[in-house]
Amino acid sequence: MHRLANPATFLRYANLLTPWFLAGAALLGLLGLWFGLLDSPPDYQQGDSVRIMYVHVPAAYMGLAVYLAMAVASAMFLIWKHPLADAMARAAAPIGAGFTLVCLVTGGLWGKPMWGAYWVWDARLTSMLVLFFLYLGHIALTSAFDDPNRGSRAGAVLALVGIVNLPIIKFSVDWWNTLHQPASILRFQDGQIAAPTIPAEMLLPLFLMLGCFKLLFLALAVWRVRGELAQAKLRNLAMDGR
Amino acid sequence: MSRAFLALYARDVRLALRQGADATMALAFFLIAAALFPLGLGPSLDTLGRIAPGVVWVLALLSVILSLDRLFQADHEDGTLELIALNPHPLFLLVLAKVAAHWTTTGLPLILLSPAIALMLNLNEAGYLPLIIGLLLGTPSLSLIGAIGAALSLGARRAGVLTALLVLPLTVPVLIFGVGAVEAAILGLAVAPHLALQGAVLAGALVLAPWAAGAAIRQAVQ
Repeated sequence: MHRLANPATFLRYANLLTPWFLAGAALLGLLGLWFGLLDSPPDYQQGDSVRIMYVHVPAAYMGLAVYLAMAVASAMFLIWKHPLADAMARAAAPIGAGFTLVCLVTGGLWGKPMWGAYWVWDARLTSMLVLFFLYLGHIALTSAFDDPNRGSRAGAVLALVGIVNLPIIKFSVDWWNTLHQPASILRFQDGQIAAPTIPAEMLLPLFLMLGCFKLLFLALAVWRVRGELAQAKLRNLAMDGR
Repeated sequence: MSRAFLALYARDVRLALRQGADATMALAFFLIAAALFPLGLGPSLDTLGRIAPGVVWVLALLSVILSLDRLFQADHEDGTLELIALNPHPLFLLVLAKVAAHWTTTGLPLILLSPAIALMLNLNEAGYLPLIIGLLLGTPSLSLIGAIGAALSLGARRAGVLTALLVLPLTVPVLIFGVGAVEAAILGLAVAPHLALQGAVLAGALVLAPWAAGAAIRQAVQ
């Protein structure tokens, strides 16, 4: 982490790794879609509509994971004043918002045939919508100041404040009476971790798509951080009057 | 330490009372916006009675959020906030004093006006007491969570709308439990669980919000 604090070093790693991230995402995505759409069994209740799960669940997972990454980056920025951490938090926010939006939309498309409604106001959906609003608020806040450093600091505090939403989202299906499916992969029973309720043939494409989305996030985030660094350089040049 | 708290609290309350218009504007908004609903939806008492709990709570929420800009803005502009941040007393305590003054001059009058608003919207009589208790527990949480938003948007462009955008998602639980309590009373179900959760949110906000707002203030005056 400390070596990556130097923008030049970061850019060297970034330029080296981005094509690999993209290639890896493409490979995992193709494999995931092959297994998900063609080579995995249909659900005994939902038939083939269950295949939206292979996009919906990874997108939801990434929506939460990206927020966690943003919060960790914000903490690194506020506590240790890591010089690239604020660029990472700014870079991650729109990507996380995008994943959350994909989750909400694919969830709605899945809900219509399954539940009869595109949207219900149950705990899981409402808390995911709140997460989306938190992302939008973060994007608005970081770009609302003339001094970008002030924007980064304010956004960092907001990202840390919004962390309370993450456990609420995760446990919302346990704490409230919801229409949404209860925890099926990372679940607890009698205080211990219990096995997933999804069979292995379905877990394989699920985890492949998850890996694809993760690598996609890394590629996009690193790309955007390059953009943020370029913007910072332009600002410095403008300030020098060139 | 309590003298510093009381001094800052008294100062803020005195300032708010002197500039009477600022604090009463939130009340005026509460009243006028509540009048819009019968005008827009038609005077049918049934319809109004069904939506009354939600409408009163949403309007209370919006009124508190609209009044948040007078919490830190004026002090930030003339440098007082910087002095408050540099103070040897814990910033947590001083922020709590300012938020308490804000609640006393905005939230409390709102609670006193709420039965009249509920009457205008034909709230079922069983709902009045849970509404008032819910507001008593909920409006301090709104002021506390709102203080975080107000502190974060100090010096921002469009600070008013930005504060609302930041605060509204965080205050959703207060709204849900508050309306839940009123509707439970109307249906004859248990009210205490909703009010207990409302109190839990207040307990959490009392501990965490001044700390977060203090951190945001330090970022603003750096």
